Amino acid sequence: MSDVWVLVEHDKGTTTKVTHQLLTAARSLAKNTGGEPVAVFLGEGWETAKDRIGKFGCAKAIVAEGSDFTNYLSSPHVEQVSALVAERSPWGVLFASVPSGKEVATRVAARLGLGVLADSMNVEVEGDKPICEYSAFGGSTIVKKTLKKGPYLICVKPNAFVAEEAPSEVQAEQVAASISEDAKRVVIKDRVVKEEGGRPAVDSAATIVSGGRGLGDPKHFEVVEALADELSAAVGASRAAVDAGWYPHAHQVGQTGKTVSPQLYIAVGISGAIQHRAGMQTSKTIIAINKDPEAPIFQMVDFGVVGDLFDILPKLTEEIKKRKGGG
Amino acid sequence: MPLNIAVCVKRVPDTAAEKKLDPGDFTLDRESVESILNPVDEMAVEEALKLKEAEQGEVTIISMGPEGAQAQAIRKALSMGADKGVHLSDASLHGSDAQSVAYALSQVIKKGEYDLILCGAESTDARTSLVPPALAEYLGLPNLNFVRNVQIEGGKVTAHRETDKGHDVIEGPLPAVVGIVWGANEPRYPSFKGIMASKSKPVETLSAADVEIDASKVGSGGANSEVIEFGARSSERAKQIVDNKDGEAHIKLADYLQQQKFI
Repeated sequence: MSDVWVLVEHDKGTTTKVTHQLLTAARSLAKNTGGEPVAVFLGEGWETAKDRIGKFGCAKAIVAEGSDFTNYLSSPHVEQVSALVAERSPWGVLFASVPSGKEVATRVAARLGLGVLADSMNVEVEGDKPICEYSAFGGSTIVKKTLKKGPYLICVKPNAFVAEEAPSEVQAEQVAASISEDAKRVVIKDRVVKEEGGRPAVDSAATIVSGGRGLGDPKHFEVVEALADELSAAVGASRAAVDAGWYPHAHQVGQTGKTVSPQLYIAVGISGAIQHRAGMQTSKTIIAINKDPEAPIFQMVDFGVVGDLFDILPKLTEEIKKRKGGG
Repeated sequence: MPLNIAVCVKRVPDTAAEKKLDPGDFTLDRESVESILNPVDEMAVEEALKLKEAEQGEVTIISMGPEGAQAQAIRKALSMGADKGVHLSDASLHGSDAQSVAYALSQVIKKGEYDLILCGAESTDARTSLVPPALAEYLGLPNLNFVRNVQIEGGKVTAHRETDKGHDVIEGPLPAVVGIVWGANEPRYPSFKGIMASKSKPVETLSAADVEIDASKVGSGGANSEVIEFGARSSERAKQIVDNKDGEAHIKLADYLQQQKFI
């Protein structure tokens, strides 16, 4: 078979942005594999998910409904995806390159004796094979990899593709979810949700505004947050700011934090040590604001502003608000 | 309950160093950079030591890779307080991808009787995070990954798994493979006494044949993935720099954001 599958990431049927990006990618890849994009939906909330999957151009779906996928960690997904891949042998499956997606992909690969590629920044088809692009050594090197045999299991980084709508009617094929006792060993007992002011998560945000040592004080993150909110962005932080206890580690961008590639990355008061560059070098557009014209961050920007962030940021936030209001 | 804990560790190039690939076989030129014990693995070692202190038992450090540096990684963990080391070293393993590494480690782990297998959920170099789940799969064990606050009670392990919105509380039966998330704890520094004591702690060196590794599943030949090309990322950024001397930089920046359709 030559279909390109996407394992849908969702929360009770609310599909994630990265899923929409993968559906878009699958659509273009399928043109070259001679197959169709197919959404693989496991869990609860199909009626909610259906419309969103159709909206991003996927006319076929394989659906296994059941609460086992919600109540137990990863293994039910591993079992169901393994069974489907073994039975139908698609060209490949795209997974979101986030912890949950990578876990399922690598375990399916180990179970079926297949290869897996994590963290792909781009995927193309050459002949019948996938060519996946990676960023290595902190983004300074591009590596292209392929897999020796299919079905190809490929994890794609959030924001590697831009989601494009192409409304279509979804034909769903319902399959039975039969989950073994073995796959029910790790139970999700509780989900603890922290309030974070409704900002997007750093990992998958399209825009990130990050603060560093130049802020001088944890309370100065307010100016970063204000700009982030105006741009509907996530707030990131450099290692220096996190080590100083100014911002939680979950927001850290860099070699010892998150590796991100948003559409827009704004570095505020961050000098740009290799440790930080490693985490954000593959961002589509990079802007830096720093008072030191010699800061290494300026070597890798599309647009840089030399000046006092406390002067510039509030005015910039106001200016953006004004322009958005003016249409 | 005394716990028999294994911790899988690897060395990684120092996070502050520049790295390069060996142009011959596209593997990391590990001689070209300083290396350290993967910081996330250090947190896994710390978690193991805390569990040992609470429950009694033994901590075994397992590592695979060439002589020398891997041995240093094991020594570091022993100096922190682990009890013994197992070092899998074999020329046939060179060029193994993440899955082959997980397979090889699983063969070593099958030789012991461990209640708990800890790993860093990711390494600071490759960062693929593929090894712990693949290891669990090869061992047929439950996997709790990207977790902190690991607790053992009544033959079960519970932990907090980091999510986008907070954390999930997860629980599984022992034995299990547990991947520790970055920042789970503050690893202890080896004491002088610990460093001295580590020198007399046993480290067993095993070959691939010792643990019955199927040669077709490891090394460059066993890798399912292959590198077909690599090169320096061309830095084609515009580097348009403005100075805020005139106090108008925010206008220029807003213009830029608008041109690029971010506003």
